[in-house]
Amino acid sequence: MAMSQNKPAKSGGLKRFFAFKRKYLAFPYFLFLALFVIVPIAIILVYAFTGTSADGSLYFSFDALVSFFTSPTKVNVLVVSLFLGILNTVICLLIGYPIAYLLADKKVNQNYVLVMLFVMPMWINFVLRTGATRDVLNWMGIVGGKYPYLATMIGLVYNYLPFTILPLYTTMIKLDKSQIEAARDLGANPVQTFFLSILPQSVPGIVSAAEMVFMPTMSSYVISDTLSEGKLTLFGNIIYLNFSQSMWNEGSFMAFIMLLLIAISMALTRKVGKGEGRERGSGLW
Amino acid sequence: MVSEMDVFQRNERILKRNRIIHKILGQAAIWLVLVLMYIPIGVLIVYSFSANDVIGGEVFNFSFIQYSRLFTDAEIMTALGNTLILALASSALSTILGTAGAIGAFYSKRRARSVIENVTQIPVVNAEIVIALSLTVMFVFVGTYIFAGANLFSFWTLLIGHMILSLPFVYLSVKPKLIQMDPALYEAALDLGCTPNQALWKTTMPEIAPGILSGFMLSITLSLDDFIVSAFTRGAGLLSGDKTIDTLSTLVQAKIKKGPIPPAMRALTTIIFIVVLLIVIGMTVYRNVMAKRVKKRAGREAK
Repeated sequence: MAMSQNKPAKSGGLKRFFAFKRKYLAFPYFLFLALFVIVPIAIILVYAFTGTSADGSLYFSFDALVSFFTSPTKVNVLVVSLFLGILNTVICLLIGYPIAYLLADKKVNQNYVLVMLFVMPMWINFVLRTGATRDVLNWMGIVGGKYPYLATMIGLVYNYLPFTILPLYTTMIKLDKSQIEAARDLGANPVQTFFLSILPQSVPGIVSAAEMVFMPTMSSYVISDTLSEGKLTLFGNIIYLNFSQSMWNEGSFMAFIMLLLIAISMALTRKVGKGEGRERGSGLW
Repeated sequence: MVSEMDVFQRNERILKRNRIIHKILGQAAIWLVLVLMYIPIGVLIVYSFSANDVIGGEVFNFSFIQYSRLFTDAEIMTALGNTLILALASSALSTILGTAGAIGAFYSKRRARSVIENVTQIPVVNAEIVIALSLTVMFVFVGTYIFAGANLFSFWTLLIGHMILSLPFVYLSVKPKLIQMDPALYEAALDLGCTPNQALWKTTMPEIAPGILSGFMLSITLSLDDFIVSAFTRGAGLLSGDKTIDTLSTLVQAKIKKGPIPPAMRALTTIIFIVVLLIVIGMTVYRNVMAKRVKKRAGREAK
């Protein structure tokens, strides 16, 4: 007799209740995420808005908030991080966009291996790559201790460029060629063709590339720490620092700011790009 | 007088020349950026064949000593072993849990599914440092208040950390395959007498296998590349024994904080590079073969 799970056999409620259903498979997954994603974030939020008394118990307070906004150093770090995040995103896009366009242009390149070569550094341990970048920069005389901003920027661009090229490339190969040609045939010059046809079509790629660069840059720890020889503190470093000095309330509050920024950028980008492959490393495999 | 034919031919020639110039300039730009991108790794690879302790220097001193140093360096070998065990274990577990989650969510009611999807997005968009810190704070919290001051940090906490990194990506790789799947297949298997369990293994699993594989590979990549989560959630265990677990990332970070990359690690970079290169070539070949097969099949069906 045919027996589909939509029409369970009428053999007692208990058995039916425990009968295998495909949706039950989601339960361990959800439980795991709830335990190790939601609960930890909830704890962080609790710490962000409490103070710790001498015996270790928590009480509600805005001390962490006040201490953050009254500390010029911390606010300064936030501003510098935002600035470097934007700068890195812009530089990566300025280099990555034309490269992705050329890679996807059949008249220039038909070799997929070349695309893979751009993505390949992602598979080499990034701490090792960062160290290599610093050593080579030192060799060339760009010492992090002397030029912390320059060295850090080079390191950031080096690290995030592959992450920009990949989503841009995936968008570029899907560009509507006939629309571009139509624009040309109807008399648009190359500049007009670019701004009126190519650029609007590639917005989703730009958005996902920016998403992959901006927030990770702000919260990066190893790159700025290594390349500036500890001279440049980004938001990631200062959160790390606060926690390693057991200042949990202050650190949690900054993690809360980070979460807030992520939520804002998500809300902004969700409006622009209808979220196409915006995951880290999507299309990588 | 110039005939129309000549004008046509000349125009053709100019167009062709423009096309060639376009191609050459394009290729030049691509290769320029590519070469710049590979300078740091390239320098390390070149100097992995030098006996010099630092890169540069007047004499190159060609030798394979860095390679023999690498394989006798207990610290690096332990870290390498830890990294591989951790990557395989966390990826395997994430793949099982994530695949089950994706299947389960796909057949859940819309409300439940959207809750699961939203929770899945959190670690994807969250900053790695916030993931790492929130987990650490929770482990300390649980250790202090529930396990009476016990130190929970061990291989298991590290494993959980890495699973959280990769789990959502397994889910997101499997999901599109489930959407593409023909829902009639499962029903047909049931009608032909399979139990729900058999139907799942015989119809659903083969259909979503490519998604599972890419989820697994992505998990491995994320685990191998991670520093922040490892640095925070690790404890003693694995090949490090009673000492704090070092992964490749944490070991390299500790070294480069003090000075240049240790010479033996240059040899390691070369080996990693070659392995990655082989995988990339293999994948490209596989991709081309698959594409050809699909084309052939499409051609046959068209006939």
